[in-house]
Amino acid sequence: MSEAIKVKSLTKSFGPIHAVRGISFDVNNGEVLGFLGPNGAGKSTTMKMITGFLEPTSGNVEVNGFDVLENPLAVKKSIGYLPEGAPAYGEMTVKSFLNFIADIRQLTGKNRKKRIDEVIDIINIKSVIDQTVETLSKGYKRRVGLAQSILHDPDILIMDEPTDGLDPNQKHEVRNLIKDMAQNKAIIISTHILEEVDAVCSRAIIIASGKLLFNGTPAELIAKSDQSNIDHAFRMITTTEEDVEPTIT
Amino acid sequence: MNTLFSIFKREFISYFVTPVAYVFIVIFLFMTGIFTFYLGAFYETNQADLEPFFRFHPWLYLFLIPAISMRLWSDERKSGTIELLMTLPVSITDAVVGKYLAAWSFTAVALLLTFPMWITVNYLGNPDNTVILASYIGSLIMAGGFLAIGSCISALTKSQVIAFVISVVICFMFILSGFPMVIDLFQGWAPQAIIDAIASFSFLTHFTSIKKGVIDFRDIFYFAALISFWLYVNVVVIEMKKAG
Repeated sequence: MSEAIKVKSLTKSFGPIHAVRGISFDVNNGEVLGFLGPNGAGKSTTMKMITGFLEPTSGNVEVNGFDVLENPLAVKKSIGYLPEGAPAYGEMTVKSFLNFIADIRQLTGKNRKKRIDEVIDIINIKSVIDQTVETLSKGYKRRVGLAQSILHDPDILIMDEPTDGLDPNQKHEVRNLIKDMAQNKAIIISTHILEEVDAVCSRAIIIASGKLLFNGTPAELIAKSDQSNIDHAFRMITTTEEDVEPTIT
Repeated sequence: MNTLFSIFKREFISYFVTPVAYVFIVIFLFMTGIFTFYLGAFYETNQADLEPFFRFHPWLYLFLIPAISMRLWSDERKSGTIELLMTLPVSITDAVVGKYLAAWSFTAVALLLTFPMWITVNYLGNPDNTVILASYIGSLIMAGGFLAIGSCISALTKSQVIAFVISVVICFMFILSGFPMVIDLFQGWAPQAIIDAIASFSFLTHFTSIKKGVIDFRDIFYFAALISFWLYVNVVVIEMKKAG
């Protein structure tokens, strides 16, 4: 197992607001890391810094050995990213959107069509392929975002609330998809659903008010609670935090 | 296929899958017609040239070009797709130039569709077609100048309305800087060199000289420098937003 993502004392301030304060952690290949924390804890901000959308105020991020500030294109090539809310160009059809992503990801030749068809099949969006993105339901829109993020079969997947807005069956499918991909990738997902951590993650991190409060396996997290309950453990860890300075994601 | 071209292609096609393109082109053609025949008195001047047609282009562009450029970046910011775009392996320069060239090519299409004017004037008389060609080139390059300003302003805000209004004001100043109302402010106290410099910033001064059929290196250089400057600032603005 090698370290795919190395985050070192990452800090982000927006003016007077400290969104992320000195977070460090590593993610290895073959790991699924769950990002937990209350709303506004700094989960999305941390993901945005790893993917190169935001510049850290201090600290650094290395992805596959490349520094995200010094070598942004190399980092972006190896990452598949599903941003919060799964943004996509509304006026495009699902097919033309995926073709655009394939262009940018420089998929060429016969592999290109094969891979697009494969992803459409895995994510199960064949029925909406000719619809424009803006006409899709929330669940389908999220799935198009997922399709976009795995299209180039990236080594590293970062997904901000991948199951948000999906129905229970779709949630189940997406969790299985993540588990299937886990063997040879490093994956980070953020979620509010604690059972999800137990179901798909090999490790969990809890962030609140921009600080890292817990880093361990789901079993270790559950062991923190005297009731052997993951919800209880989460509440114990995140509410003993005295610091109530407002943060934003 | 390189990423600049991928961005260009996506952006250019997106004009034609929404009503934007058709509304814009119809309005543009309709307005050029009105300006040429009524304000420009195309028939009454009894001259076989397209001067009455080109004369009003700066004023048409003043409002129509910001209407195209306002969505270039504001819309990405508003809908959140900027996060997608900026985390794909695309350099900011490629994204800025790709989007800009798509908008410019779209304006070129609208401009080309005014060809019936050219046919009309050739049917009615014997115009100097090299002058007309130079004017078309000049008009297109000037549109490129307006677009570069608009693209940069659009990167500053989430609101398309704000992007539109500010772009119109800045473009207006670039048109007017050759006019007495601006020049007079400086006449009398500022050294002649500064007055000349301000006057030389005018789109009108440069467009007027190209419109006469003389494509002077200095006029081309002026627009090339202006476009490069605004697109460079555009890249810097997007870079700065990363720092939050």
